Amino acid sequence: MEWLFFFEVSLAGLGFGALYALTAVAFVVIYKATRVINLAMGEMLMFGAYLFFGFAAGMALPVWLALVLALLGGALLGLGLERIVIRPLLGENPISVFMVTIGLSSVLVGLVEIIWTATPRSLPDFLPSDPIFIGDAFVAPKTFWSFVIAAVVIGVFLVLFRFWRGGVALRATASDQGAAYAMGINVPAVYSLSWGLAGMLAAGAGILLGSVAGISSEMGVFGLTVLVVVIVGGLDSVLGALVAGLFIGWVESLAGVYLGGEYEHLMTFIILMVVLLLRPWGLFGTREIERL
Amino acid sequence: MDDRILDVSNIEVVYNHSVQVLRGLSLNVPRGEIVALLGSNGAGKSTTLKAIANVLFLEDGERSSGQIRFDGDAVDHRPPHRLVRDGLCHVMEGRRVFEDLTVEENLIAAGYARSGRGTSVTRDLVYEYFPQLYSRRRSLAGYLSGGEQQMLAIGRGLLGQPSMMLLDEPSLGLSPMLVEEIFTIIARINREQEVAMLLVEQNANVALALASYGYIMESGRVVIDGTPEKLMADDDVREFYLGSGGSEGEGKSYRDVKHYKRRKRWLS
Repeated sequence: MEWLFFFEVSLAGLGFGALYALTAVAFVVIYKATRVINLAMGEMLMFGAYLFFGFAAGMALPVWLALVLALLGGALLGLGLERIVIRPLLGENPISVFMVTIGLSSVLVGLVEIIWTATPRSLPDFLPSDPIFIGDAFVAPKTFWSFVIAAVVIGVFLVLFRFWRGGVALRATASDQGAAYAMGINVPAVYSLSWGLAGMLAAGAGILLGSVAGISSEMGVFGLTVLVVVIVGGLDSVLGALVAGLFIGWVESLAGVYLGGEYEHLMTFIILMVVLLLRPWGLFGTREIERL
Repeated sequence: MDDRILDVSNIEVVYNHSVQVLRGLSLNVPRGEIVALLGSNGAGKSTTLKAIANVLFLEDGERSSGQIRFDGDAVDHRPPHRLVRDGLCHVMEGRRVFEDLTVEENLIAAGYARSGRGTSVTRDLVYEYFPQLYSRRRSLAGYLSGGEQQMLAIGRGLLGQPSMMLLDEPSLGLSPMLVEEIFTIIARINREQEVAMLLVEQNANVALALASYGYIMESGRVVIDGTPEKLMADDDVREFYLGSGGSEGEGKSYRDVKHYKRRKRWLS
């Protein structure tokens, strides 16, 4: 009985961890291509969730259409932010860019509160709601399906990264910008691509998160834990984002149940401190990467 | 049609709005020929290549005056990737392979140079020139030896079927035997693919052996230019760049060059 409970808590944790991982992948894609630490990630996620809310509940479009539009909107947001705000700053002091993304997060929160007010909302249900059992263990259906979707999306991403020509261009640009230019790669287009993809991923993560936990203008705080996830996993490692996301989701969930809710974030940041002390470049990150 | 594929006239380059590196440099490269650009450290050789490839902005540099024409058109408003796709290949100093990509992936990335024009060059051709790369095609480029990395760097350039290659010190950090191997292949590529080359080198001996014309730079401008025969016969050139004093004739070897370099470093 004790073990079954542990197993159920673990599954719930992994389900949540998959959302961390998904957002962390978006973070890593941006960092890899443009070396920008994007603190507005959580707010991009929130904006995507609100877009879905706006299309599905506000304009009463069918769910699938609202999904597609929200994902496209997320991608456009990423593209726009990169082109208008980030690109003029590339090459400047990383701290300045970092600060700008903090400002950006406030702007996005403000925008959402102006359009949709600050009242927390819940997203229309679109995930199947039949109870799910793995062995004897019960998993909340929303958690289960968001895990599955996140896993598939990350899987597709890993494959694209590895085998698609654009993925190779992205990794080449991440590895050496000057050499990428010399290969005939349109480097600014790669920047746009990475921010667009990241915006889309973030919107997707936001919609999943929103359907599990509801949406509010403060849900961007989620981005803070994601920041921990990417630092633990290594800023430039997709695999690291995946592993650290699942791990931190799992630990938080265990801590929440066995130690009490106030310990969730305590555990997260203890992990962060231990990793920073032992491997400042993260579990899977490149060693010479700049440290946060 | 103009028989010069590259025409650089009177360019000046300033880094950071304050350091002037090139002071009125002019040179040109005829179609299908190899031209050597020689000079000591800091003379501005690499900067010249960066100015041609339009990548000065990456290092806060700027061309403040002068004209560069590649294939008849000014390079000014063509971003670097466009120039590459137009057939101007820049093999940068220090090889600059993508270390965490495999050899094969490096070549896939290099395939972008062909965007927008059909070319017959395939990865097989690269492997034909550099068979060693084929056997290592699945390993990460970072784990290749220095010679293999240089081969990969040149192979990547070749893949775009350029009409002109800018080669920045292909001999850097390689053993004399490897230098010879690489330069033999460079000569083959020039001959068989009809690629014009602007070859920047410290190793004046090997460079002049291939080139049909040579320029020697000092602090940002050309001081002597001419055919290899003329340069080799010049007393100053022999003493400062070829490492043999006026008297003992043709008995030059790489070892002498090395001695000369070592001595110079100790003195400076």
